[in-house]
Amino acid sequence: MKRTIFLCVIVALFGAGMTTACTPVKEYQKNRLNDSEMSLSSRKVEKNESNFQSYREGASGANGGKTGGGCGCN
Amino acid sequence: MKKICLTVVGMYLMLLHAFSQVTKDSTAFKPRKLKLDEVNLVSSYYTQNGDHSSIRGGIGSEKVTDLANGLELKWVGWDAHQRKNTLTAGIGIDHHTAASQAYISKTGASRRTDGLRMYPSLDWTRENERKGTSFSLGAYYSNEFNYQSIGLSAGATKKTKNNGEFGLKLSGYFDQVKLIFPSEFEPAGPYSTGGRDKEHPDYGSSPRQTYTASFSFTQVINTRLQAAFLLDLVEQHGYLGLPFHRVFFADGVDSVEKLPSNRFKLPIGLRLNYFLGDRIILRGYYRYYIDSWGIQAHTASLEVPVKVTPFFSITPFYRFYTQTAAKYFAPYEQHLESNTYYTSNYALSKFSSNFFGAGFRVAPPKGIFGTHLSTMEVRYGHYTQTTDLISNVISLHLQFK
Repeated sequence: MKRTIFLCVIVALFGAGMTTACTPVKEYQKNRLNDSEMSLSSRKVEKNESNFQSYREGASGANGGKTGGGCGCN
Repeated sequence: MKKICLTVVGMYLMLLHAFSQVTKDSTAFKPRKLKLDEVNLVSSYYTQNGDHSSIRGGIGSEKVTDLANGLELKWVGWDAHQRKNTLTAGIGIDHHTAASQAYISKTGASRRTDGLRMYPSLDWTRENERKGTSFSLGAYYSNEFNYQSIGLSAGATKKTKNNGEFGLKLSGYFDQVKLIFPSEFEPAGPYSTGGRDKEHPDYGSSPRQTYTASFSFTQVINTRLQAAFLLDLVEQHGYLGLPFHRVFFADGVDSVEKLPSNRFKLPIGLRLNYFLGDRIILRGYYRYYIDSWGIQAHTASLEVPVKVTPFFSITPFYRFYTQTAAKYFAPYEQHLESNTYYTSNYALSKFSSNFFGAGFRVAPPKGIFGTHLSTMEVRYGHYTQTTDLISNVISLHLQFK
């Protein structure tokens, strides 16, 4: 439990640090950021890869995919 | 005469007005009904081999093939309040074969060595671009021979003033595991229902629930770099093993795996995407995972899309994964009968894995060969585990607009 709280605090601090470190970016400066290869979500072609990994590995989640449930896996 | 002139001029002006184009405000907003905007097809073929089958207690072939096909239709429209509505309907069908399924029968004589899984889904999202908010609802169903699942989800996002976005998604899966035990644990036959003899008894089922709260925060850091934090809190209850997974104890007696009826999972992920120069993109990902069964895992991956042209890219990728064993895992014939919980499922063992491969993506602005096919992506990956499990997966994504 202590480890979990510690991790959450680290994540919160890192997130806060990141938001203050960023520079203002106008809409017209986002041509690179809006490139489809720059998407922060998993791509559709990867969907079945993450499915088989969740079957064959103990860990899952934090990747926009499933975290258990919905199939005969753990 | 003056009256006649004025009347003629007036009629001329009226005619001019009648035939002139009425100037419309082209910027005025108009609601638009839902219209089919996008169709996605994703197909994958997966093969696997290994020597630690869970059905035989950690020994025997793990040979599996799986053909997965998914179709997704997306409709988009705007309502009178300038909110964008997106309705997404999807259906997936997987067909798999698994050599180890024959060993649900102790002698390896089970006839069912393949299976079909169908999973429709429906999602609705309402996005208010002026407020920078969105709200979504989703429903999911999955059915296969030994497993049924109903999933529901609700989510919301809120953009910040500084190119960031917070997201929260709550989801619940309400599953039923069919209690198909290895043949030596089935009650003695013959079984009959309504006067018809059957090969197996009527299988009961046991529930499993999964509740997930997914938090995300994405942030543009500069004109080339953006990041995402992902955190899931997952709580599972119910029958969390599978009833046909055997365990062989040190004295040679066999049983069915027994696992706790709850599990808490905490994965934390960080994704960083960087546009290097004009052609190369670095997509990095790291995840730390811990759960209440004693597994700790690290996942790190890097993809490097190289834009050969603005509309054609090649993407090599590499993923490394390592985990510690669950407290309840031991290999074949190494458990003691005195243990409270036990499993020989190698997904819960200590191991590392490597996954690497490459893909390509074509997305010309006017469609491929001028058709509605707007994007085509192909990806191949080779996966190895230190448990000797090896697999290959090839996937195809076609997007029509």
